[in-house]
Amino acid sequence: MPTVVTPASTGDVAEVLRGGHTVVPTGRGTKLTWGMPVEPEVLLDLCAMDRVIDHQPGDLIVHVEAGAPLAAVQEVVGRAGQRLALDETVAGGTIGGVLATNASGPTRMHAGTARDLLIGVTVVRADGVVAKAGGRVVKNVAGYDLGKLMVGSFGTLAVITEAVFRLHPLPDVQRWVTVETDDPHALVQRVIHSQAVPWAVEVDGSTLSVLIGGRPDGVAARVAVVRDLIGGSVSDVAPAWWGRYPWKPGEIGLKVTCAISGLGEVLAAAGPRVRGSAGVGVVYAVADRAEDVHRLREVAARHGGTVVVVDAPDEVKQVVDVWGPVPALDLMRRVKEQFDPERRLSPGRFVGGI
Amino acid sequence: MSGVEQVARRARELVRGEGVISDRARLRTYECDGLAHYRVVPALVVIPQDAEQLAGVVRACAEHRVPFVARGSGTGLSGGALPHAEGVLVVTSKLREVVEVRPEDQRAVVEPGVINLDVSRAAAPYGYYYAPDPSSQQICSIGGNLAENSGGAHCLKYGFTSHHVIGADFVTPQGDLVRLGGMAPDSPGYDLLGAVVGSEGTLGIATSVTVRLVRLPEEVRTLLVGFASTDAAGAAVSAIIAAGIVPAAIEMMDELAIAAAEEAVQCNYPDGAGAVLVIELDGPAAEVAAEYDAVERLCRENGAFEQRVATDAADRALIWKGRKSAFAAVGRVSPDYIVQDGVIPRTALPEVLAAIAALSESSGIRVANVFHAGDGNLHPLVLFDESVPGQGAAAEELSGAILDLCIAHGGSITGEHGVGVDKAKHMPRMYDDADLDTMQLVRCAFDPDGIANPGKVFPTPRLCGEVPGKHKGAHPLQDSGLAEIF
Repeated sequence: MPTVVTPASTGDVAEVLRGGHTVVPTGRGTKLTWGMPVEPEVLLDLCAMDRVIDHQPGDLIVHVEAGAPLAAVQEVVGRAGQRLALDETVAGGTIGGVLATNASGPTRMHAGTARDLLIGVTVVRADGVVAKAGGRVVKNVAGYDLGKLMVGSFGTLAVITEAVFRLHPLPDVQRWVTVETDDPHALVQRVIHSQAVPWAVEVDGSTLSVLIGGRPDGVAARVAVVRDLIGGSVSDVAPAWWGRYPWKPGEIGLKVTCAISGLGEVLAAAGPRVRGSAGVGVVYAVADRAEDVHRLREVAARHGGTVVVVDAPDEVKQVVDVWGPVPALDLMRRVKEQFDPERRLSPGRFVGGI
Repeated sequence: MSGVEQVARRARELVRGEGVISDRARLRTYECDGLAHYRVVPALVVIPQDAEQLAGVVRACAEHRVPFVARGSGTGLSGGALPHAEGVLVVTSKLREVVEVRPEDQRAVVEPGVINLDVSRAAAPYGYYYAPDPSSQQICSIGGNLAENSGGAHCLKYGFTSHHVIGADFVTPQGDLVRLGGMAPDSPGYDLLGAVVGSEGTLGIATSVTVRLVRLPEEVRTLLVGFASTDAAGAAVSAIIAAGIVPAAIEMMDELAIAAAEEAVQCNYPDGAGAVLVIELDGPAAEVAAEYDAVERLCRENGAFEQRVATDAADRALIWKGRKSAFAAVGRVSPDYIVQDGVIPRTALPEVLAAIAALSESSGIRVANVFHAGDGNLHPLVLFDESVPGQGAAAEELSGAILDLCIAHGGSITGEHGVGVDKAKHMPRMYDDADLDTMQLVRCAFDPDGIANPGKVFPTPRLCGEVPGKHKGAHPLQDSGLAEIF
């Protein structure tokens, strides 16, 4: 069993890392089973670092500690009519967890993913050195964008302790146009090439739901455009499944990507329990057996996509390639070698055994 | 035979005809990019005709540890494509094919030498365009945009190059051809593409770029709004943002910039304006109409004395003419000028403009302000006359002081022009040693020998440590003349 250490500051994190142990950083632990299993000496619990350090509504930015729950940040910025345009795909998750796993939901079509919203980051390296990149302004091309490298790195390069994000205004109105269909692919193509400017186009099995947000007059007109194209009913609340993964604990949960034109084939191959951001070519599926992963991977690859086993029981992870083939793996290994030559940060959790 | 000579020999085998230049007079053509006061004649220029030739040249450079610098159209404003005196300049201008446009996937695949605007032209028949629009978009290349993470007036709403480049075939400085990202989002593994975009040619050269295409908006409305002062215009900008409106662009020009543009292109901006805003709204017609009403009212409430609106392309071009000509226009009112590029939090605008005015007052050097007001990206134009003794130095000092103001307000020393050779010395004012050292870990992973665009971005190169089995004798940085003491 790892020793749980609860730092209160970036300085504390640095001190822990200088101790030379193998370390897995964690927040609320909601995604701790993602990736390959790791047994570190130290579980670095960042939950005590949960402050919203600064919110500047006029500049549409927020500066937070990595252990802050996403929901708590939303509450703070929401008071000013703003939001951090990231989805809480797993209830209770922290900012650090969203960044480390690059978790995304329906909002990505309109606002991008964590990489697009992160404008500054503070990290502690494996050797205990504290470094930052980016800053507090949205537009900034000074130096390498280390934030992007950290997003989705599963705690294998450095420990993220603070983050600065750009914010979006909360929409005045949101409407969901939802329809049952046996051909989601055709409806997706109709909607994304229209002038409705959908904020999200999500699929759940044979259900397609399109989110339109903005000002009341504009939303009404755009909803009308969508209904002309695909029919369906309009609601001012999201479908119950909106923005949640389709799997239950203990099941094999997959993330499947493809070029948008390949969506039809990918959905057909993924089976009935499939859900996600069809409009951008990212869906989540439940596999019944480990062998299904391989078959689906072949279909996705034909459309330029990939399949990653997001979550699964450990015994399944022993028999299936969790990350799948990864181009440029050698270069990734060299990056890891530079940041963490002793392989002390989440060793083995990431692609190619990184 | 020197390293460069060996690379030249290999390049002549790879690239037939006129693509290899070693004649001193012809090399001079390439001695600078858009930042013309830095000049270095390269030892060799190679203009490959396809990706394979390009990769072969880089491989030869890697083998002989010869520095190389990539150049697209050479429009960069920070000296990012300034050649290396003992190195090879790899010019991508012949790699100019739009490989495919895939509207059903909202993607296009292009070669690095393709001109930015040509991507939009190729996508237009399908109702799509490429969103990042640096002001040089008629001549700048996608490869250069990728290297610099180029912005543009419309990145307020649509984001920068890094949001729109989703894949690249890329030659590393060790000569390996790797694929980063691709047609589908979220490739597993590290986001190396995210690190490469904006790395200013220090991590390698893209040979193919996959970009996201954006639906052409149903409606575009452009407003030209006159205010008595930059403070009033700034207050209007804040009010628009606070109302939850994200226009496609909000540009501001101050009195001196307006006067210069007026003299140069007779743009006929509102008489007596101390500042103008150019505000562009785009999207679904109903959305634009609603936003327009709100913007018009907010400008009026914040002291706008004149508002004009353009709804067709010709009228729009007229409004943009003044803004787009601003840099060149100051050349008419001043013999010499420096284009500065810095970023501040938008709310600091009044304070920073007042401070710039005070600096201008005390130094006697005029400053015309043109900027992307929506995202706080300032482009102060520092006007001087090189023939007046001391003015060049004073302008240089003032220009640097503006960057200090940006840093003091939590901003950045560059929003879109890049660090290049010009601002490497300012990097330590924005980042401490640990920050810069950490960035260079990435450099060491990609380019342990330090041969890709050396001397750019970072004020001091980091030693990457021994790479097993590769180094013999002197350190490669020493070999290549980049560093002398270790």
